[in-house]
Amino acid sequence: MSQPQAAVGAAVPRVDARLRVTGQAKYAADNSPDGVVHAVIVESSVGRGRVTGIDARAAEAQPGVLKVISHLNAPKLPPVEGRFPPGKPLRAFQDDRVRFFGQPVAVAVATTLEIAQHAASLMKVSYDAEISLTDLSVADAAGETQTYARGDADRALEAAAVRLESTYRTARNHHNPMEPAGIVARWDGDRLTVWEKTQWVQGTVFNLSGEFGMPPDRIRVISPFVGGAFGNAARTWVHSVIAAMAAREVERPVKLVLTRRQMYFAVGYRPAYEYGLRLGSDRRGRLTASTHDVRAESSRYETYSESVLVPGRMLYSTPNVRQAYDHVPLDVSTPWFMRGPGYSSGAYPVESAMDELAHELGVDPIELRLRNEPADDESSSLPFSTRRLRECYRAGAREFGWHRRNPKPRSTRDGDWLIGMGMAAGVYDTMRSQAQASVRLDADGTALVQSATSDMGPGTATSMSQVAADALGLTMRQVVFRLGDSLMPPAPVHAGSQTMASVGSAVQDGCDNLRKQAITLAVNDEGSPLYGADSADIVIRGGRLSLKDEPTRGETYRRLLARNERTHLEVLGSYAGPSGPEKFSLYAYAAIFAEVAVDARLGLVRVRRMLGAYDAARIVNPRLADSQAIGAMTGGIGQALLEHTVTDHRDGRIVNANLADYLVPTHADMPDLKAIFIDGQDYEADPIGVKGLGEVVIVGVAPAIANAVFNATGRRIRELPITAEALL
Amino acid sequence: MHPFTYTKAADMREALSAGRRGGRYIAGGTTLVDLMRETVERPGSLVDISTLPLREVTVTERGGLRIGALVSMAEAGAHPKVRALYPVICEALELSASAQLRNMATIGGNIMQRTRCTYFRDVTAACNKRDPGSGCAALQGYNRNHAILGTSDSCVATHPSDLAVALAALDSTVRLLGPDGERTLPLVDFLLKPGSTPNREQALRKGELITAVEIPALPRPLKSGYLKVRDRQSYEFALTSAAVALHVRGGVIREAKVAAGGVGTVPWKLPTVERHLIGERPSHRLWAEAAEHAADGAHPLTHNGFKAELLKRTVERRLRTVGGTA
Repeated sequence: MSQPQAAVGAAVPRVDARLRVTGQAKYAADNSPDGVVHAVIVESSVGRGRVTGIDARAAEAQPGVLKVISHLNAPKLPPVEGRFPPGKPLRAFQDDRVRFFGQPVAVAVATTLEIAQHAASLMKVSYDAEISLTDLSVADAAGETQTYARGDADRALEAAAVRLESTYRTARNHHNPMEPAGIVARWDGDRLTVWEKTQWVQGTVFNLSGEFGMPPDRIRVISPFVGGAFGNAARTWVHSVIAAMAAREVERPVKLVLTRRQMYFAVGYRPAYEYGLRLGSDRRGRLTASTHDVRAESSRYETYSESVLVPGRMLYSTPNVRQAYDHVPLDVSTPWFMRGPGYSSGAYPVESAMDELAHELGVDPIELRLRNEPADDESSSLPFSTRRLRECYRAGAREFGWHRRNPKPRSTRDGDWLIGMGMAAGVYDTMRSQAQASVRLDADGTALVQSATSDMGPGTATSMSQVAADALGLTMRQVVFRLGDSLMPPAPVHAGSQTMASVGSAVQDGCDNLRKQAITLAVNDEGSPLYGADSADIVIRGGRLSLKDEPTRGETYRRLLARNERTHLEVLGSYAGPSGPEKFSLYAYAAIFAEVAVDARLGLVRVRRMLGAYDAARIVNPRLADSQAIGAMTGGIGQALLEHTVTDHRDGRIVNANLADYLVPTHADMPDLKAIFIDGQDYEADPIGVKGLGEVVIVGVAPAIANAVFNATGRRIRELPITAEALL
Repeated sequence: MHPFTYTKAADMREALSAGRRGGRYIAGGTTLVDLMRETVERPGSLVDISTLPLREVTVTERGGLRIGALVSMAEAGAHPKVRALYPVICEALELSASAQLRNMATIGGNIMQRTRCTYFRDVTAACNKRDPGSGCAALQGYNRNHAILGTSDSCVATHPSDLAVALAALDSTVRLLGPDGERTLPLVDFLLKPGSTPNREQALRKGELITAVEIPALPRPLKSGYLKVRDRQSYEFALTSAAVALHVRGGVIREAKVAAGGVGTVPWKLPTVERHLIGERPSHRLWAEAAEHAADGAHPLTHNGFKAELLKRTVERRLRTVGGTA
């Protein structure tokens, strides 16, 4: 009883594109409930210590200032447990400790934003400052090393015919989505409504419920639009608690929006890494061993870690692998997911070293990787569900014109520019979680599908509408998908590339069931032209049920429902997520190709073009997929060449907490970016056959660029971002 | 942002009178409003001069060019006379800021713009320029973008303007109008090195207003150009830059104008480089030899030592591009 596929696979434009580009999409801070007032956070100007005094007199004297809240007068909140990351999460004004530079120490609430800002600037906070430690390169690890091993890597390295050893460093990268973090909180008695920028409305409910010690059913979180998030809105940060607390204290709805500067203190970041890598291979380039010694920054109050070791563990066949991961507690705020978390940082050393090995052996970098393709996942001993990385290499190389690359560095010139090509592989695991979606078909023949998921950019509402339209036999215009309200059926956090797999499968389940319900209704209805037909012979197109082999015999949903006096049909679709241990190794893959121009005399690196070839299994919407890939290549260009959060280690101050000094790519830095997708499905992963796309697309971008820089210049840069001074 | 009063000057007299009473002039506002939002600037009163009649680009009697202070960066960069006579100015303008900012920002304001020193712009950091006597956080701090020339123990902040570098190279002057009348200063005297008073950035008297910049007539033909080196392709201040103008006649360099940006506390003239060029015949070797002197007297800091070498290469490259090897 399969339905024709009309919407899924088509390059459908975003259903909310017009709303977004005409400014009608309502983001969190666009909400102004009656009586709303404004809160502005005052952040610490020392990197560690205690707040010894807060002089709020000048602030409070301003007309329009309603309240200043700090640890001196904040209501006590119940204790909460840190789940992920483990530790003691930062709380809203519950003590006098300063844990990092920029930590909120007070909030000013006033009738207008301008008054609140001015009041915040008038606050005088005194500190007993202590020496802060923020430099990963000199700090000690916590001493709880996480390890992984198979075989005997150290012995195998000694015996290896070819050995490479290097340390790679990556800078801290900060989140800079267009929409800053924002929240509007309103109390109605003991009920709390929150409009928040979040990738997980129900996660915010859960977290606020814990923060305020109140039942979750008294909290509603609404977030229909998110202006870019990349992971940073996948956590309930302390500023959201502060806004809700302030709203309760002043008994008015409170709006709080972080400044761009505050974004650098408040919503996490990609941590800095030191990655010591040794590779051993035979003379043909087959890897025999690798060791990975990784140090990563975390805060002192929470232990954040991410999957930085995975690429080095499963991407290539390597009989002997030893890995050690140490987190280094610093006086910094806690790192957090940032697109391709872990994988994108880990792919840089691994893929740089593979390029180096290829160069040392005089083997083409793709050929070297093919020689090391594993038969199964050697880190889990599981078979791959699907792994079309070879196809990615082949299709990517062809489309990119890889054969034109001269393997000899410094061999291609264009005036003052040295031209180089590089490539790298990427990988990201296929996450899925349980999810539900309600599906309602109304008497007018249109459907409303809802799930408490989010759209931080991939076009969730569009892709879900496509799945629903096909499964229900409706056109795109006959389907509305709503998301971003905690009262909707549960959905997992919109992160980790799991939304299409999880929510999409629930949507498909619900729509399949609803379609079956309608067909059952028709074949059992004497008044229906389909009465007595075999359900399996019925298809639905454009809202009309008909016999597959006799299309004239049929009727519309509208007629069917009207005759049966049904106002609607309704079904709750669900997806259970993976149950029990995985039977397959589930990953999406990428092959990234980059051409760069390097002005070696002036230290300039400019990406000329890039191409990504991806195995993400089924592509629901090529246009949206393209947008994901291009966005991630742009982010990867930033990671490779520009993005670098700079900390002044004297006091833990972030010195480039603004978009003039923290550099992200401009349009001129991303001239020609192209994505291709390898055909395929993966039904071992999930019922709709997708492997997730939004994360894998950034993994491998930075090393592809670094490898292109090597091909252009003969210089192997082992620290990101690649700067002018490193090349001079 | 701190509270302030705002008035719009109807004419020059009204503007000068408000200026004399302590009003801060505002035109495009692209620097001042930004800094007010960060509370780095806290003016009590603003005098909007944006409608004053200072929007003309005219050829002077001697054949130079006068650009009114309120001509926008975009207008100046697109002006046929500027394009024809001084490509170095157009290039400097077009490599500045973003299209949106160039539409708003004025020539006078561009010269007056304040440094991008991150500690200057962070009111919780020590900064002698913002808060005299508080110290200089950049000296021992993160100073990759800071100056290596014209610095002092009080301040190492870079002058951020590209335009001012091109103007300085061409020996431009600034016309000022104040309560005591009109006067003209060479740009290089108008912009002050920090010394022990980095808070004082221009040789402006109270209430004085820039009315125009003037570029002197230079011998023709004049080939000129601007090279800006920066991490990303667009919308970033210079790591290093070079403004170059050459007058070559009979195969010999008769006039050479060279200045550097991104490296000085003020736009940095390079007279030694100029002297090396005058009277010589263009050659790769000459460009390299002359550029060797570009960083003479540099005082590198912890993170900006690379700028000395980069500056030499920047100057050499621009000399070569402008001068060729004919």
